[in-house]
Formats: sequence, structure tokens, C-alpha cells
Amino acid sequence: MLTLAHFLTLGALLFVLSVAGIFLNRKNVIILLMCIELMLLAVNMNFVAFSRFLGNLDGQVFVFFILTVAAAEAAIGLAILVVLFRNRQTINVAELDQLKG
Amino acid sequence: MPIYEIVFYLFSAVLMGAAVMVVTVRNPVYAALSLVLAFFSSAAIWMLLEVEFLAIILVLVYVGAVLVLFLFVVMMLDINVAPLKEGFIRYLPAGVVVALLMAVELLMVVWTKGRFADGAFPTPAPHPADYSNTKAVGEWLFTNYLLAFEVAGVVLLVAIIAAVALTLRHRTGSRRQDPAAQVRVQRDERIRLVKMDPEPRQGG
Repeated sequence: MLTLAHFLTLGALLFVLSVAGIFLNRKNVIILLMCIELMLLAVNMNFVAFSRFLGNLDGQVFVFFILTVAAAEAAIGLAILVVLFRNRQTINVAELDQLKG
Repeated sequence: MPIYEIVFYLFSAVLMGAAVMVVTVRNPVYAALSLVLAFFSSAAIWMLLEVEFLAIILVLVYVGAVLVLFLFVVMMLDINVAPLKEGFIRYLPAGVVVALLMAVELLMVVWTKGRFADGAFPTPAPHPADYSNTKAVGEWLFTNYLLAFEVAGVVLLVAIIAAVALTLRHRTGSRRQDPAAQVRVQRDERIRLVKMDPEPRQGG
């Protein structure tokens, strides 16, 4: 019998895995963007599961908007990445220290 | 009804495996392809939840557009992978500890008695065969969330303009055609009339 807890567990594990990915790949901006996409997928999984188990369509509409914003974010993030690589010839986070933050 | 469990555990295993690949693999191209696999398997799990519209959207928009964009960028940039992976072993213990702590906390919340696992959220009955998830979501979206839908369109427009504005560049010295300048051209810029005396015929 599949309960809501099964889907929430899947979402939680996916989220935790992508958090670990951000820790492990903190030099590579592309993999960091991919980990953010995975996090959004985990959150969407929770939204979809709750929408189904509560019989409420609001969750699915929310996932729709999250997908929209995530697509916009990926497009702009990758455009920034291309400009960054064109100017610095690297995407290594450790070398991006011009702002002296 | 064990077929539901089989499908769920199969695609969950594929999803988790693909997510581990995204996080650990050396080559960003393989990471992007693993991400494709992860999105496909979660689309299958969403199908299991009878969320057909979003499952198809996930495959069409995410796999078809966003992840192809990722692949384009990964292949376009000539990345030297070796220095990008050097912190991997050093940050492995911290990452694993934080991940395990978060996992334990989240699972304690999820599996507390009487919360989500049993009773409180009974498994809903499957929809009848003539139920259209797309129609239901569409009606809900265009009645209750019309303004948000329009704003989402504006967000996408802004993203398009931002992406073009960021990556557009004019190289100096490239011989690009400028149609506006071609249309705008005047007669005087193209021909020069020369006054000269007629020359006598040579020979006989």
C-alpha cells in the first residue's frame, strides 16, 4: 500500500542528495545549477504527492509555476555562465574572486 | 495491487541512482545525461500519482528544453574538468554528515506515528477512465490563477530578453550584413559622375 509517506520520503532523500551535491561540487558552477534543478524536482514531488492525496489541484498549479520559474532561472543562469566563461576562460568558483567578497 | 509498489520502487531506485550519478560523476556531460534520466523516472512516478499533465510537461519542457540547454552549454564551453573536482574528497565527510543529519530529521518528521504514514491521509481511489487531468488543471489554472498565469508569461519574456541581452556581442572586424544600412543608402553614396572631354578616335 503506497502512502503519502512513501512519496514524501522519496522527495526528502532527493533533496538531501542534492544538498550533498552542492557540498561536494562546490567548484563547478554547472553541477551546482544541476543540483538546484534536482532540489526543485524534490520539492515538486512533495507538491504533487500532497495534491493527489488531498484531492486538491492547487498543488499541481504550483508545480506548473515552479517549472516556469525554474526554466527562466536555468536560461538566465546558463547565459551568465557563458558570459563568465567568455570573460574569464574558467567556471571554477575558487577563481571567481574579483568582487573580493 | 502490488503493481503500484513495484513501479514505485523501480522508478524510485532509478531516480536515486541517477541523482547519485549527477552528484558524483566527473564529466559534466554525463551529469547532464543522468539528470535527464532522473527527470524521466520522476515523470513516471508522477504518472503513478495520476498527475499526467505535469508528467508530460516535465518530459517535454524539462528534458526537451532545459536539459538540452544544459547539454549545449556544457559542450560549448571548453571546460578543464580536473581542477573542478579537486575539493571532492576534502568536502566528502562534511557533505555526507550534513546530508545524513538532514535525512534523519526529515524522515523522523515524515514517519512519526499518525502523521503521514497511516490513517491521516488515506490513499485516494483512482480516477474514473474518462477523467482528464489536463482539463481539470486547465480549468483550475484559468479560473483561479489567471493573473499568476499572465505574470508567468511575463517572467518567461523577461528571461528571453535577459538571456539574449547577456550573450549578444558585436565582434569588431566581422563583415556582418546590416539590412537597415542597405535600405537607407542614397544615390550619391553609390555612383560618382565624372565630367570629361570626349577623346578623339584612335587610328583611322
